[in-house]
Amino acid sequence: MKTRIIMVTVIAIVALTLPVFAGGQGETGSEATGDGQEITELTLLVDNQSPIEGIEAVAARAEEELGIRVEIELRPGGTEGDNVVKTRLATGEMADLMYYNSGSLFKALSPERHFVDLSDMSFMDRILDSFKETVSVGDGVYGIPADSAFGGGWYYNRRVYEELGLEVPHTWDQLMENLAAVEAAGIEPVAASFADTWTAQIIVLGDFYNVYSEYPDFAADYTANEAHFADTPIALRGFQKMQEVHDAGYFSANPVATTFDEALAMVATGEAAHYPMLTVVLPNIEAAHGDLINDIGFFGQPGSDPDDHGVTLWMPATLAVYADGENVDAATRFVEYFVSDAGVEAFLSARTVTGPMVIEGVELDDAYPAVQEMLTYVNNGLTAPALEFLSPIKGPNLEQILVQVGLGLVSAEEGAAEYDRDVVRQARQLGLEGW
Amino acid sequence: MKKLLNNTYSYWFLVPAGLIYVTFFIAPTFMSFFFSLTRWTLFDWEFIGLENFIMFFQESSLKVGFRNTLFFATVTALSKVVLGFALGLVLTMGIRFTGFLRSIVFFPTILSIVAVGITFRRLMHPAHGAINRTLALFGISGPNWLGNVDIAMLSVSLVDVWRGVGIATVIFIAGMQAIPRDYYEAVSIDGGGFWRQVWHVTVPLSRPATNSVLLLAMIGGLRTFDLVWTMTGGGPGFSTDLIASIIYKQYQAGFYGLATAGNVILFFVVAAIAVPLFWFLNRKEVTL
Repeated sequence: MKTRIIMVTVIAIVALTLPVFAGGQGETGSEATGDGQEITELTLLVDNQSPIEGIEAVAARAEEELGIRVEIELRPGGTEGDNVVKTRLATGEMADLMYYNSGSLFKALSPERHFVDLSDMSFMDRILDSFKETVSVGDGVYGIPADSAFGGGWYYNRRVYEELGLEVPHTWDQLMENLAAVEAAGIEPVAASFADTWTAQIIVLGDFYNVYSEYPDFAADYTANEAHFADTPIALRGFQKMQEVHDAGYFSANPVATTFDEALAMVATGEAAHYPMLTVVLPNIEAAHGDLINDIGFFGQPGSDPDDHGVTLWMPATLAVYADGENVDAATRFVEYFVSDAGVEAFLSARTVTGPMVIEGVELDDAYPAVQEMLTYVNNGLTAPALEFLSPIKGPNLEQILVQVGLGLVSAEEGAAEYDRDVVRQARQLGLEGW
Repeated sequence: MKKLLNNTYSYWFLVPAGLIYVTFFIAPTFMSFFFSLTRWTLFDWEFIGLENFIMFFQESSLKVGFRNTLFFATVTALSKVVLGFALGLVLTMGIRFTGFLRSIVFFPTILSIVAVGITFRRLMHPAHGAINRTLALFGISGPNWLGNVDIAMLSVSLVDVWRGVGIATVIFIAGMQAIPRDYYEAVSIDGGGFWRQVWHVTVPLSRPATNSVLLLAMIGGLRTFDLVWTMTGGGPGFSTDLIASIIYKQYQAGFYGLATAGNVILFFVVAAIAVPLFWFLNRKEVTL
């Protein structure tokens, strides 16, 4: 009697739990199409905030030419998405292809354990080294660029500038004068959208060109725990600039209640004259406000030398091939196609890029006015990569700390010191030397 | 006793539920005690002793988090007791529309907390929110509910009371209806009016209900996360961070060992407050 109950219980448990585990298995593999051609199905995991129209265009072309069908799986963006990615890697359930930030975030995934090393592949020769470094560990290169690079700096409303007779500033002081003139005209000088806290970081992160220009080894010293934001005057400037804009009262009203989308609307309609932001989101303005995109201009955050006015560049997200997937060969052929001339052409036919491509020999002929302005810095060699591509250390609380500085709750110096303490945990988590 | 149990149901009936409980509760709890002592990336771990606990206590926003958590739990628990008692009193007096009014009071409880948070974030918008617009009609310029660091925590507490007072009221109604009418009659025969009846009969005999409400609200307040997260995200800056939101942000940042240590600490904090409170309140009940 007892044994029978045990048996029934065990069978019931097995029957109840099996479908749960089986549900995790994606349906990938090969199938024959009607006309006899073999179609290989791949899965591609991408966050739900990045533009994927370019990837979809390449995938559509690849299905015709390579017989590879790419199924797109969406996941949340931001730090919540990081947890999804890490969990799926840890449980061996990653999709065949993974779209993810390059730089410090990618390196935190231990790519050498999970992804295919592409360094020996001939198609990697045309990828710029500046990108490859952001997806490399040791000699291995673990991803291809999945988009264009983009800049971080200041959007400005060209109509407002024209009406007020303003010129693009080349020093921080000139920028502050412009802000004063804008305020005098009754227009919000700078849109602030601290409801989406990540947007509060651009003034500090986008100032890195000026840091890099004066102190090229800052990133290395920073990683080695020898230089910090609070005790390096040029690095502290970013925090001080944030405070100066607040102290002068130039941030728009109710910053904590204003969202990213609302701030984009403010600068597009001319309700605000400036918005410190990344060029990667320019398509959002076009999607929401149509032709007003042509009123948006862009300049890098200026420093003190008018002849050394450059822009901080962010590297594109990467597409990596999951090494333990079932279709590694097909996935590798897909990324090869992605960076081939045919792939890039398909990509650009669907996606308006927001910065320079990091693939050799690709010229952009059609770009937003703001992107064209940014490309003049690129063509003149006045660029520096953002700090997160030179150092694996990025503290998780930078955005909240900068909201505090932007609201005047703490001073620039206090904010910088707090951020220096914040990064200690990140450095230790990564097991870096000297921390 | 043993014979009785054997004759009725076998202990084996506990196995399915027990297995689920062990797999999804007991085992993870003990695993979390272990992982709180490691530096953990999900891919591998390294044993580092108590370093996570030391680092967690050095967290600059932790002091704010503790203060906010205690403030939030105390304010919401006490408000729910007082308001819940008052509403329970009104709704057991046999006034008109009692059923309708009870539904209204209970209604917010069945809403999703996230939906409540997002809705109130809009309602409390300093310029476009319905609350401040209504106040403006009377010539009052409303405060910046969630943007002013001095009152943001209070605003969130208010919303939590609005959302949670329904449960408290229901518990009080149940408790009050269980009080025999004889006691009230005895007081009124002695010449005691309404307030005397409330003070000398309803309040003391609602003690079990009061204790349940206080304990549930206190524990709920200490572990609150979703409402605060959807309304303020812990901001502006760190001004509405709770222990739970600090832990959540550490998970987001990928500090799995550190965040797990935070959860172990939260476990002990809740236990350290809830167990003595439970013991104290129950003892009072007995001495009645």
